[in-house]
Amino acid sequence: MKPRPWRGRRRVFRFPTVILFLAPFLILVIAFFFVPALLNIVLAFTNMDSSLEWNFVGLQNYRLLFSDPQARQIAINTLVYVLCTLAINVGFGLILGLLTTYFVPENAGLLFRAIWMLPRMTPSVVYALLWLWVLDPTEYGLLNMVAKALTGAKPTFWTMQHPMGVVILVNGMVGASFGMIIFSAAIKSISKDYIMAAQVDGASHLGIVRSIILPLLRWPLMFVTIWQTLSLLASYEYILLVTNGGPFFKSEVWSLYAYHEAFAHRFYGYGAAIAMILVIVALIVTMIMLRVFGFKRLMELMG
Amino acid sequence: MKGERKRRVYRAPSSRQRLLGMLGRALPYVFLILFSLPIISMYLWLFFSSFSRKVMFGFIPQEWTLHNWRFLWSPIQMGGAAHLSIWKATGNTLLFAGVVMLIVVFTATLSGFALSRFRFRGREELMRLSILLHAFPGVTLLIATFYVLYYLKLLNSIWGVAIARAALEIPWSTWIIKGFFDNIPWDIEWSAYVDGCNRFQAWYKVILPLLRPGIAAIAIFSFLAGWNDFIYPYTFIFTKENQTLSMLIKALIGEFRFTDYGLLASVSLFYILPVLVFFFFTQKGLMRVTVGGMKGGR
Repeated sequence: MKPRPWRGRRRVFRFPTVILFLAPFLILVIAFFFVPALLNIVLAFTNMDSSLEWNFVGLQNYRLLFSDPQARQIAINTLVYVLCTLAINVGFGLILGLLTTYFVPENAGLLFRAIWMLPRMTPSVVYALLWLWVLDPTEYGLLNMVAKALTGAKPTFWTMQHPMGVVILVNGMVGASFGMIIFSAAIKSISKDYIMAAQVDGASHLGIVRSIILPLLRWPLMFVTIWQTLSLLASYEYILLVTNGGPFFKSEVWSLYAYHEAFAHRFYGYGAAIAMILVIVALIVTMIMLRVFGFKRLMELMG
Repeated sequence: MKGERKRRVYRAPSSRQRLLGMLGRALPYVFLILFSLPIISMYLWLFFSSFSRKVMFGFIPQEWTLHNWRFLWSPIQMGGAAHLSIWKATGNTLLFAGVVMLIVVFTATLSGFALSRFRFRGREELMRLSILLHAFPGVTLLIATFYVLYYLKLLNSIWGVAIARAALEIPWSTWIIKGFFDNIPWDIEWSAYVDGCNRFQAWYKVILPLLRPGIAAIAIFSFLAGWNDFIYPYTFIFTKENQTLSMLIKALIGEFRFTDYGLLASVSLFYILPVLVFFFFTQKGLMRVTVGGMKGGR
């Protein structure tokens, strides 16, 4: 008789064995996801600083946060940053996904997708260095060089004069490839029959894109939007490296503010309270994602 | 009706029509090249400014030289401060990335096997959890992680920080490797039990050897995640002796008044060499996995 899965569980599926197999996973996940999550809640009620002593102060951190003159501006910055970068990530990702699959043969599409993957694969410090050269305030920087060649303009101090624009561009150029990969895979999985039938009926390229491809991209579009919202809310690495939130909090976003308060000023308690808001928002978005897609579809979209 | 059809004979397209058709086909390429130009010029600049004394307009290198690569055999000179030698930083980075990789491979192959082959209470929940944890941005917990590392006396230790960094990769790797386990026929595992193996022996002697592609995938990705990482070392490592390459480059960028782009480009090129090598060899097959593997604003 052919043995069926799970049949012999009396003999080999003993509970202690399972625990042994799962132990390292559970230890790491508990130590570096669950404990920090709980600890963050508790830390937010203390005014822990560089002395690392526990001083419970109740809701003082949250009261401070709501009267913090910077907090309002930073919240607005975060909103602008997430919405604008999201528009680039989804919109431009879609354009790239379409161009590299539907409009161009497979090999050329692969080459351009590889080019757009480069920033994603590059370590963040090196990617930031590339941007520091592009944005260099002297005429040695690429943008100033181009501006001078085209209009004869004087060098601009980009990170000082347009900090939010810079931050959005820097993140958008990496984020667009996420949408590109998801969308191009989805477009490639669309049956050629639909497209050929439309072509026989004399549909134009734009017509095919609008009435065949886009409707079939509904789930991937929603997935990319929600997933990128989540990662953008929590992202500050490139901002830290390129503008460091400056000048005068003009490009500071919520997660970077938490980082600065905790690790630049060593106000761990206050930083934890700021991060707490982010944790709650991230939890809500994660729950929405699960509700919208369901567990099964989420697995398909992510795999 | 019949006469009408007869009149519609095929006529070769006029030269104007052909030109329009060609333009139409070229248009996507024009857009793609235009869009990609900033990226291409950035990486060309990185390469050229590393190997030449001067780069005109970012594209035209002048006077090829290896002068910028002198950091390989002499101390890095930029600004006033003394910098860590490149080989020490490379060693630290290798250690950091290696530890991340070992922990991830060890943990994920065990837990992936359990999730794929055991039926126990809470299995579904655990799978759901590993997906949700992957979606949940772990960096939001950085401050609390700082305290955990402090409590465990692992701050400023490359090993300790690597353990924390590995934890971030665990949910995703478990889930990827579980897919590979699912593809191995149950009969193969069963034959191991018939031959008298216990579960650990079956896992180690029979199944793991069949899993090489999957293990290679998570090993490469977790190694690169450790190699590329900046925030964890930058936040949790304080002394110069323990600096990784990403911290070293950040320190060099920090000396902004003395910016020596030639040196910075060369050190950066040295740093991303493993990434580029990997990228050119495997970018086709593993591209889709890459996207899932990285997160946090990327």
